[in-house]
Amino acid sequence: MSEGTRGLLLSGVGGQGVILASMIVADALLNAGFDVKQSEVHGMAQRGGSVFSHIRWGEDVDSPLVPKGSAEVLAAFEWAEAIRWVEYVREGGAVVADIRTIVPPGACNDKRAWTERYPGIDAELFNDRQLKTRLVDAAATATELGNVRAANSVILGSVAAFLDVEQDHWEAAIERLVPRGTVEINLAAFREGREVAMARVPRPPIAPEGFSGPHQIDINHVWCKGCDICSRVCPEYCLAVDVDGRLNIINPEACTGCRLCELLCPDFAIEIHAPQTPAAMADANPAGGTT
Amino acid sequence: MTTDTAAGPEAGSRVLLSGNEAVAQGAVEAGVLVAVGYPGTPSTEILESIADRTDLDVRWSPNEKVALDVALGASLGGVRSIAVMKHVGVNVAADTLMTAAYTGVGAGLVLISADDPGMHSSQNEQDNRAYARMAGIPLLEPSDSGEAKEYTKLAFEISEQFDTPVLVRTTTRVSHNRGVVELGSRVDKPTIGFTRDPKKYVMIPGHARARRPVLLERLEQLATYVETSPLTVESGSDSTVGVVTSGISHHYVREVLPDAKLLKLGLSYPLPMKRIRAFAESVDRLFVVEELDPHVEDALRADGISVAGKEFFSRSGELDPDVVRRGFAAAGVVPQMPSITAAPATVSRPPLMCPGCPHTPPFLALKRLGAVVTGDIGCYTLASLEPLAAMDTCVAMGSSIGMAVGMAASGGAEGPVVATIGDSTFLHGGIPGLIEAVYNKANITVLILDNGTVAMTGGQEHPGSGITLQGTDTTPIDLVGLCESLGVKDVRVVDPYDLAATYGAIEGAMAYAGPSVVITNRPCVEAPTKIRDTPFEVISDACTACQACMTPGCPSIVWSDELFEGRRKVVIDPVTCTGCTLCAQLCPPLAIVPVTKEVAGV
Ligand SMILES: Cc1ncc(C[n+]2csc(CCOP(=O)(O)OP(=O)(O)O)c2C)c(N)n1
Ligand code: SF4
Ligand code: SF4
Repeated sequence: MSEGTRGLLLSGVGGQGVILASMIVADALLNAGFDVKQSEVHGMAQRGGSVFSHIRWGEDVDSPLVPKGSAEVLAAFEWAEAIRWVEYVREGGAVVADIRTIVPPGACNDKRAWTERYPGIDAELFNDRQLKTRLVDAAATATELGNVRAANSVILGSVAAFLDVEQDHWEAAIERLVPRGTVEINLAAFREGREVAMARVPRPPIAPEGFSGPHQIDINHVWCKGCDICSRVCPEYCLAVDVDGRLNIINPEACTGCRLCELLCPDFAIEIHAPQTPAAMADANPAGGTT
Repeated sequence: MTTDTAAGPEAGSRVLLSGNEAVAQGAVEAGVLVAVGYPGTPSTEILESIADRTDLDVRWSPNEKVALDVALGASLGGVRSIAVMKHVGVNVAADTLMTAAYTGVGAGLVLISADDPGMHSSQNEQDNRAYARMAGIPLLEPSDSGEAKEYTKLAFEISEQFDTPVLVRTTTRVSHNRGVVELGSRVDKPTIGFTRDPKKYVMIPGHARARRPVLLERLEQLATYVETSPLTVESGSDSTVGVVTSGISHHYVREVLPDAKLLKLGLSYPLPMKRIRAFAESVDRLFVVEELDPHVEDALRADGISVAGKEFFSRSGELDPDVVRRGFAAAGVVPQMPSITAAPATVSRPPLMCPGCPHTPPFLALKRLGAVVTGDIGCYTLASLEPLAAMDTCVAMGSSIGMAVGMAASGGAEGPVVATIGDSTFLHGGIPGLIEAVYNKANITVLILDNGTVAMTGGQEHPGSGITLQGTDTTPIDLVGLCESLGVKDVRVVDPYDLAATYGAIEGAMAYAGPSVVITNRPCVEAPTKIRDTPFEVISDACTACQACMTPGCPSIVWSDELFEGRRKVVIDPVTCTGCTLCAQLCPPLAIVPVTKEVAGV
């Protein structure tokens, strides 16, 4: 049964090592005791084309393909390939994107305007989807550590920051699958990538002008360990941990958007999103029925 | 991934294997001794994953028909054998297959057909389940890696129990899906030897007439067998909707309808009609969800069972959880999917010929020479795309030469007719075409692109490479000698990295009245070894932004931010440039030069 099955997508350009990277992710998840399926496409696409790999894991996985709008994380090894696959990420999910750009020659054929058809790098591009975006300069990080070829492990490290899989399982997978003689550098790159993604990105004030209503509390239950810090600090008593150690929102209407919970959570498991404006609410629910 | 339970992971351990590796593992555990095929996505890794096993005979054949012939011969010789190919490969092997269904087997014989719904890497998306019905042989459809292993093993048992070749059909999403597999140990199946039996093995009409009823009788027995097969699995409890599925579709349906009653057919020809009928009666609404053709659906309809299927789940393209959900939404079974915000615009990224690909220069020449080019299948087919756009047809492996002969005969081509064909494709199915050109005196030129490997499928060995799949040296086929011996009088060999010489050779061959052959002789830059020379760079001050270097479409060259008279100058990526010199040969002001040592170290 596929209940509780989660998904992840890796994307990049043929020749970038997307398939090896996804084998490492799948292996780490297997080490962590999950059922895993990983699906990729070989052949024609590998000749410099767009390459992707789907991974799904859980107790008993059915479809190896990730349904659109359901992936926890998109790991893109190239910027344009982050944009191409972003539809697969669920609201509140994460995009880890290498800022590397590989411009296809086909982007350089408009000889009237002489403008490249390659999308500019933009850390805010996915903001309207409520995604956590982490832009990573993997090549620079890997070069600093001593070998640019370990760049993919930097990305994997950043991906690991969003998944509840223990470090040991990741490291065992890397040790088993990367070429012999490159284990140390890849491990170092992986650890660095994790640090990079964990660094908190400052966010602008979140309440839209002229509107104050209940904010949306987004709990990442994968990361939450039920430590109870947030529920104790919340001035409005919005949160409570139940007997199973699961954090629940008990008073959603009361959230004022102070973000104390978000800022104090040691596991980055809570995010507060802006309230929807009355107009946006009407848009989302045109028939006016209950949601 | 090693599958040797002696040297690799222990029997009983759980490992991640691709569907292809799992098929190979299943064959190994079943005691297979001869494994043979021809490369083709998505099947290729099956043989590659066991090529290092010295206790097996694992080999590439020149084409799929020969592969099935070898496997059939080995089976009659008394050892378990497997033949492996992509879906269109079965077309090539079909002549053997149709009659092998009459002869039956010696030891177990399994044919793997890896289909490609969605045409990720294929020229069509034919549904090879039809072959099982046409030949009258059993069909197994695994849905993931675990089943790929188990079904392959079982296929050998069925083959021997019913004296028939067995078709195992995977699809791209099974072959190239990694999943958890529990390893077993190999059973040794020593040869049972060949037993002379002309009435069974010599298919002259008198004998074949007697074998046809045997085949039909066997199908009856299989129809009984499948009714109790553990491969037919019923699951789920909600009987308002019942779905009959097979292969990967099962998992998509389970994803979308977690509680519905499903009947999964692991052995899907012949069909377990009694079980299907009982299942149909146990549910309120019956669907069949299957990829591509209505193989199961039509059979149910023919049996008078009322069922919905292809009106909701397209016959074209592959299924996925989103497509299946949309189908069930259209049928009113599940609510419509909430719409998903479309991705922002991004640049398209079609596959490209590699930097330094030796196939590029001859197509640049063909374009200049205004040839009508009948093409073939391989990396060089990418020359049909912009900016080269120098190929006019591509249909099936080896078709280029026969089609060139016909095109020339039609008189309808404006310009000289040139067939372009890769070395492996030539050896696969091109030779009879060249014989046709000689025999019927066609005025065409055949360009054989000899890069020493089967590049498109990942760089496999072939009979021209001088090395076998298991790494032993062998006699390489001499292409020049072969063409000359067929009676081609004008055979030229040229280095494609020398653009002027390539141009001259093709122009000269075109001028020859009668069939001529030009062979380009540079190895593939990616396989078997990565060839990297000193990369080139653009001296920006000397670049006049004329774009001549952009005409081959080398992925290493893109626009820079500098302008010359309003046009963009270019830069070369030193990491991906292989130093083939092609762009430098095209640059009028000689602005492209090898990079100096320090930069090369980047
Ligand atoms: C009947 C059939 N078998 C196999 C394939 C898969 N396939 C596609 S191209 C190709 C061969 C390419 O080799 P070659 O002709 O040497 O060209 P290259 O890719 O090396 O340039 C193969 C085997 C196919 N498309 N059709
Ligand atoms: S051909 Fe030479 S001059 Fe013209 S754009 Fe290319 S590098 Fe520049
Ligand atoms: S030398 Fe020029 S054409 Fe050849 S790989 Fe380098 S950039 Fe491409």
